[in-house]
Amino acid sequence: MSQAKTRVPAIEGWWSADGGAPHLLGSQCSDCKSYFFPKESMYCRNPKCSGTKFDEVPLSRTGTIWSFTEHYYKPPEPYIAPDPFEPYTIAAVELSEEKMVVLGQVAKGVDMSELKAGMNVELVLETLYEDDDNEYLIWKWKPLAD
Amino acid sequence: MGNEVAVLGVGMHPWGKWGRNFVEYGIHACQAALKDAGIEWTDVDFCSGAETVRNGYPGYVAGATFAQALGWSGARVATSYAACASGATGMNAARAQILAGLCDVALVVGADTTPKGFLAPNSGERWDDPDWLRFRLMGATNPTYFALYARRRMELYGSTEADFAKVKVKNSRHGLTNEYARYRKAFSEEEVLNSPMVADPLRLFEICATSDGGAAVVLSSMEFARKHTTNPVKIAAISTVTPRYPSTVIEMPNMSTDSAYSVAVPDLPFRDSIAAAAYEEAGIGPEDMSLAEVYDLSAALELDWYENIGLCKPGEAERMLNDGETTIGGRVPVNPSGGLACFGEAVPAQAIAQVCELTWHLRGQAGERQVEGATAGITANQGLFGHGSSVIVTK
Repeated sequence: MSQAKTRVPAIEGWWSADGGAPHLLGSQCSDCKSYFFPKESMYCRNPKCSGTKFDEVPLSRTGTIWSFTEHYYKPPEPYIAPDPFEPYTIAAVELSEEKMVVLGQVAKGVDMSELKAGMNVELVLETLYEDDDNEYLIWKWKPLAD
Repeated sequence: MGNEVAVLGVGMHPWGKWGRNFVEYGIHACQAALKDAGIEWTDVDFCSGAETVRNGYPGYVAGATFAQALGWSGARVATSYAACASGATGMNAARAQILAGLCDVALVVGADTTPKGFLAPNSGERWDDPDWLRFRLMGATNPTYFALYARRRMELYGSTEADFAKVKVKNSRHGLTNEYARYRKAFSEEEVLNSPMVADPLRLFEICATSDGGAAVVLSSMEFARKHTTNPVKIAAISTVTPRYPSTVIEMPNMSTDSAYSVAVPDLPFRDSIAAAAYEEAGIGPEDMSLAEVYDLSAALELDWYENIGLCKPGEAERMLNDGETTIGGRVPVNPSGGLACFGEAVPAQAIAQVCELTWHLRGQAGERQVEGATAGITANQGLFGHGSSVIVTK
């Protein structure tokens, strides 16, 4: 019998599930209020802002699909692909509050033919890959029921 | 115009998967360009190399590598890297030296030897490199981004898979007699649509391969050119602009865009702004263009470029294509060389090769693929991490 694996983030500090539903963690410039994901912590990228202070903020955990694609070939490393390789879908999602687009794989079990631009999706956490001890989690986009 | 430099000579090594040292392709192209210009290597004041990052140290210092292979002559040297736009950055460095009066003649050269398959990021664990992270965290390859743009056209404008296939069919016919093209085969729409799906909606024959190849141009001051030739083709503009904040179109290698929460999006999105800067510099517009060489990393992306360089309004590219306006013989042929569809991408050489192609057309030397009566042309290209590249060549 194999023991249940430990679920760990595939990358530290990019999201949080504290307080229930998972959401990405971005940063917001204290001066001009611009959002950044992944977190910017040194210099504000707004060319008219000289801000250097940032607050860590949760980003909207829902958005709308801008575009999407399904990948049929095993990508090169450092992607850790299952064996045998399984096609996967990637969506570009617009966060309406932050007015930015964030990529992510689409949740397992969602057929690409179900997707459309403008569709509402939410953020979920799923396994990206696993080894003998751990399951490594990543954020994915999942269509919301109407 | 006070900002013009002459294209004195152009030269290329055929694209392929030759598997030889990139220096060989580059020198072949240099010698062809020098011969075309009617000058000697020792006449060159400035050697501007476009870097290849896949061939070790000699590739990092490409300008000096080529200068040494041609024979140390005491020429000034520099190397530029701007991903796919490296060639344009190299030409811009040469143009700046000439316009500043620091040199009369410059040689710009780029060449590459490429590995098989998807372009992959550098090896090792590199948690602060977005190019590494996009592969690690979601398997976002280069075709992923091309496919997102293609699907966006379908969702926004109702473009079809057949439209994309027709771009490949057109380009495959354009490149059929181009001795520098790697793929010289006329594809049918059916063949393209039956090729394996790579990143839906894009199929294998609609995605640019990686190739070996080399291209070079000799640029000079107008004064120097007048002593050596009559009516040289001129470079009227080189745009190497970055995006403007906030850039809200997803771009390789990023996993997210800027946020437009506190600053409004600029009037022009990045790809439109690349050509706009070139037109502004040249003082002419899209209506003056006889032809264009654009970066068809995918068949669908070529359609985006029609709109980005102002050949038509957003959403009209499919009509332009289907009416034959961008086919040789049409109103403004696009990719008469055959484009990346027939060449595959030799990264540091590609933006230079685009200028070679425009030059041959403006001189009336393009053979069977000649765009008749060509007087001005534009190139468009984009390198990842925010490198625009657009060159306007005029008679």
